[in-house]
Amino acid sequence: MTTKSLTIPQLFPRPKSSTGLWSWIGTVDHKRIGTLYGIVSFIWFIIGGLEALMIRGQLASAENDLIGPEAYNQLFTMHGTTMVFLVIMPLSAAFFNWLIPLQIGARDVAFPRLNALSFWVFLSGSLLINFSWITGNAPNGGWFGYAPNSGTTFNPGLGMTYWVVGLNILGVASIAAGLNFIVTILNMRAPGMSMFKVPVFTWMTLITSVLIVLAMPILAVAGIQLMTDRVYGTHFFNSLGGGDPVMWQHIFWLFGHPEVYILILPAMGIVSEVLPTFARKPLFGYPFVVFAGAAIAFMGWFVWSHHMFTVGLGPAANTAFTISTMLIAVPTGVKIFNWLGTLWGGNIRLNTPMLFSISFIAMFTIGGLSGVIHASPPTDAQQQDTYFVVAHFHYVLVGGALLGIFSGIYFWWPKFTGYFLNEKLGIANWALMMIGFNLQFAPMHWLGMDGMPRRIYTYAENMGWEGSNLAASLGGMILGIGILLFIINVFYSKMNKVMAGNDPWDGRTLEWATTSPPPIHDFDEIPQVKYRDDFWFQKYPETIAEYHHDEHDQAVPSGAQLDEVEEAIPVVSGGYGGHDDDHSAIHLPDMSYYPFILALGITGLGAGFLSNNVVIAVGAVILIWGLIGWAMEPVNDPE
Amino acid sequence: MTQAAETEHHEPVENTSTGLNSRKLMMWAFLGSDVMFFGVFIATYLVYRGKSLVGPYPSEILDIPITSVSTFVLLMSSLAMVLGLHYVKEGQKNKATLWILVVVVLGAIFMGFQFYEFRMFVHEGLTPRTNIFGTTFFILTGIHGAHVTIGVIWMAFMAYGSHVGSLRSDNSLDLEIAGLYWHFVDIVWIVIFTVIYLISAADGPPPGVGPTIIHG
Repeated sequence: MTTKSLTIPQLFPRPKSSTGLWSWIGTVDHKRIGTLYGIVSFIWFIIGGLEALMIRGQLASAENDLIGPEAYNQLFTMHGTTMVFLVIMPLSAAFFNWLIPLQIGARDVAFPRLNALSFWVFLSGSLLINFSWITGNAPNGGWFGYAPNSGTTFNPGLGMTYWVVGLNILGVASIAAGLNFIVTILNMRAPGMSMFKVPVFTWMTLITSVLIVLAMPILAVAGIQLMTDRVYGTHFFNSLGGGDPVMWQHIFWLFGHPEVYILILPAMGIVSEVLPTFARKPLFGYPFVVFAGAAIAFMGWFVWSHHMFTVGLGPAANTAFTISTMLIAVPTGVKIFNWLGTLWGGNIRLNTPMLFSISFIAMFTIGGLSGVIHASPPTDAQQQDTYFVVAHFHYVLVGGALLGIFSGIYFWWPKFTGYFLNEKLGIANWALMMIGFNLQFAPMHWLGMDGMPRRIYTYAENMGWEGSNLAASLGGMILGIGILLFIINVFYSKMNKVMAGNDPWDGRTLEWATTSPPPIHDFDEIPQVKYRDDFWFQKYPETIAEYHHDEHDQAVPSGAQLDEVEEAIPVVSGGYGGHDDDHSAIHLPDMSYYPFILALGITGLGAGFLSNNVVIAVGAVILIWGLIGWAMEPVNDPE
Repeated sequence: MTQAAETEHHEPVENTSTGLNSRKLMMWAFLGSDVMFFGVFIATYLVYRGKSLVGPYPSEILDIPITSVSTFVLLMSSLAMVLGLHYVKEGQKNKATLWILVVVVLGAIFMGFQFYEFRMFVHEGLTPRTNIFGTTFFILTGIHGAHVTIGVIWMAFMAYGSHVGSLRSDNSLDLEIAGLYWHFVDIVWIVIFTVIYLISAADGPPPGVGPTIIHG
C-alpha cells in the first residue's frame, strides 16, 4: 500500500520500451488503450455480424435447413451477447478513452493503470465467452439468459456457464472503467472548465459511466446467482427448491433497461458533437440536451417491467410501468428537437460524419416510435416475442448506437491518425449501410405484426413470410458489404494518406486544439478554458458577443471568472493551470505490466468455475501476485 | 496505491477540479456501486423470505444471541478504525498501530464467528442446497464475509505500514480510504443483521407444512 520507506520488491520489471508488443501490453496511455479497445471490439463486431448473416441465411427461405435449431439457438444468443457486451459497449469505451482526456484538457485519465486493467479484463472475458465455440457448447439461452431455460435442468452442459462467467468478468472491466471516467471527468477538467462548459460527449460519458457503475453490479448479482445455481446447485431460480424464475427477469431487466441507455447515450453524445461542427452553430439548447440525458438515465431505472408485461404482474404494476415508459420518451424527444434545432439555419456541410449523424436522428426516431408503442400492455401483448420487437431494437441499436459510432469514427479518425478516411468510399459505405439496414429491418415490422415469432429457427411455407424474409436477408448482405467497404476504406486511406492537420473540420472542442495525432502528453500546455466550445471562440472571437450575451445567468463558473467573461476577450490557450511546480517537465504515469497480470488472474479465477478448483487456485495466486505487485509499484518511479 | 509524488508535498486542498482527492472520490463511487450489489442480494433475500418448502427454517436454526455478539464485535471494530485514523493523523505511531491492529483482530473474530455459524448450520442440516433460505442466507452472508476478509487483509497491510512508519499523518488518506470501505462493510452488516436475524427470526414453515426435525 504505502511505499516510501519500504524497499520495494521488484516482482516484475517495469516495461520501458515504447515500441513493440511489450510496449502495448504494458501501456497505460489512454490513446493506446482506446486504440486497443477499438480494434478488439471491431473484430468482435465482424464476428457478431457473421453470426447475424448466418441467422439471415437460415431464415432466407421457408423450412430451410442450412443450420439446425441447436446451432441457431447458439447463433442468436452469441450474436446478441457479442453485439451488446463486446461491440457497442467497448466501441463506446474506445471513444471514452481516446476523447475524454482530450476534451477536458487533461494528460490522461485519473487512474491510468486501472484503465489498462479494464481493457485486459474486457479482452480476456470476451475471449472466454467465445472460447465456448471451440468446445462446441456455445451459450444458447438468449442474451437475456431467462430462467429456467438457463438452468441445468433444461440446459445441461457448460454453454450457459461460459456465458454467465464471461459476463461477470466483463462486468469487472465495465465497472472499473466507469469509476475511472467518473473521477476523470469530475476531477481532471482544465482550469476554468466548469461542468456546464464541458462538451456534450463528455457529459454523456459521465452519465453513461454512472449508469455502468450502478447497473453492472446488478448483472453481477444475477450472474453470481445463476452461476451458483448451475455450478453448486443452489435454488435461486429453481422452483422445486422454492426459487422463482420470474425473479431472474426482474433482476436481469433492472440491469437490462439501464443497459439500453448505456448503449445509446454515448452515440447521442457523438451526434451532439458532430451536428454543431458541420452546421457551424453551437448545439441548440445545451442545458436541455444535458439534462435530458440525465433525466433518461434517472427514469431508466423505473421502466424495467415493460419487458415483462406478459408475465402477469397484475394491472397495478403494468399501469405504473406503462406511465414511466411513456414518460421516458419525453426527454428522448427533447434531444431530437434539440438536434433539429441545431441544424435549423445552420451552414450545413453534408460529408460522411454528418450523413451518419443525420441518419442517426431519422433511424433512431423510427426505433423510438416503435418502442413507445410497446409501452401499452395490450399492444405489447400482441408484439411480445415477435419480429416487431426485433425490428424495434435493431432500429435503436443499429440505426441509433451503431450509426452514431460510425459517425464518430469518420469524425475523429483524422484526430486519431492524422489523416482522413476517404470521403467517396465513406459515402458509399454510408449509402450501402442505410439501404441494407432498412431493407433488413423494415420488413420485420410487418412480419412481426403478422405474428412471425422470434428465436424460432424456421417457418412454414404457407405463412406468406417468404418474400419479406428474403428481402431482410438480402438487406443483411448489403449491410455487410457496407461494413466491408468501411474496412476497405480504412486500408485504402492508410495507403493513400490525405493529411488532415490539427483542425480539419473547423472543430469546436479542445481535442482539435492539439496535434493530429496528439503527442503522448496530449497538450504541450494545459489549456485555460473560458467558454463552452472554447476552442471555437478562440478561433472566432468576434462570435463571442453573439452567443454569450445571456450566458452569465446560466453558466456556473466561479465569480472571478464571471467578471473576466464580461470583458469578452478570449484567453489564448496557455499557462499551466493545474500544476504549480512542474513547468519544466511533463509527468506521465510509467508503464506497468500489472494490469495485464491482474487480468490474467481474474480470468483464471473465472475459468476455474468452468473446470475445477485447481484452476481457481492458480487464478487466485496470479490475482494476489498482481494485486501486491500493483500496490507496491509506485505510479512513477523515483527519478 | 500511493503516488510517490503525492507523499512528498501534501496539500490540504487537492489540486483537482472539485478539490476532492481522486482516490477518495473513486472509493465513494465504488461504494455506490457496492450498494447496488448488496441491495439486490438483500432484495433477493426479502423476496424469498418464507418461501422455503423444507426445513430447517430460520426460527429453528438462527442463534440471535451469538450473532448479536459478533455484530457487536464488528461495530466496535469501526470505533477502533476511527481511533486508528485519529492517531495516524496525530502522528502517534504506536497508538495508531495498536488501534489498527484492533480493527484487524475484531474483524478476524467476526470472521471466526461466521465460520463457526456456517459449520453449525451445515451440521444441523442447512446448506445452500437445502432450501431457498439456505441459498439466500449463505450467498448473502458469504458475500459479506468475503468483503470483511478483504478488509481485514487491507487493514493488516495498514497496520504493518503504520508500524514501519510508511503510514504517517501526511498520507493518512490511505487509511481514510480503507476506513471508508471498512465502515461501509460494517453498515451493510447492520442491514443484513436486521433483515435476516431480527426480522425473519420467527419465520417458520409455510402454512400446511410441519416443522423440521433437526438431526443432531
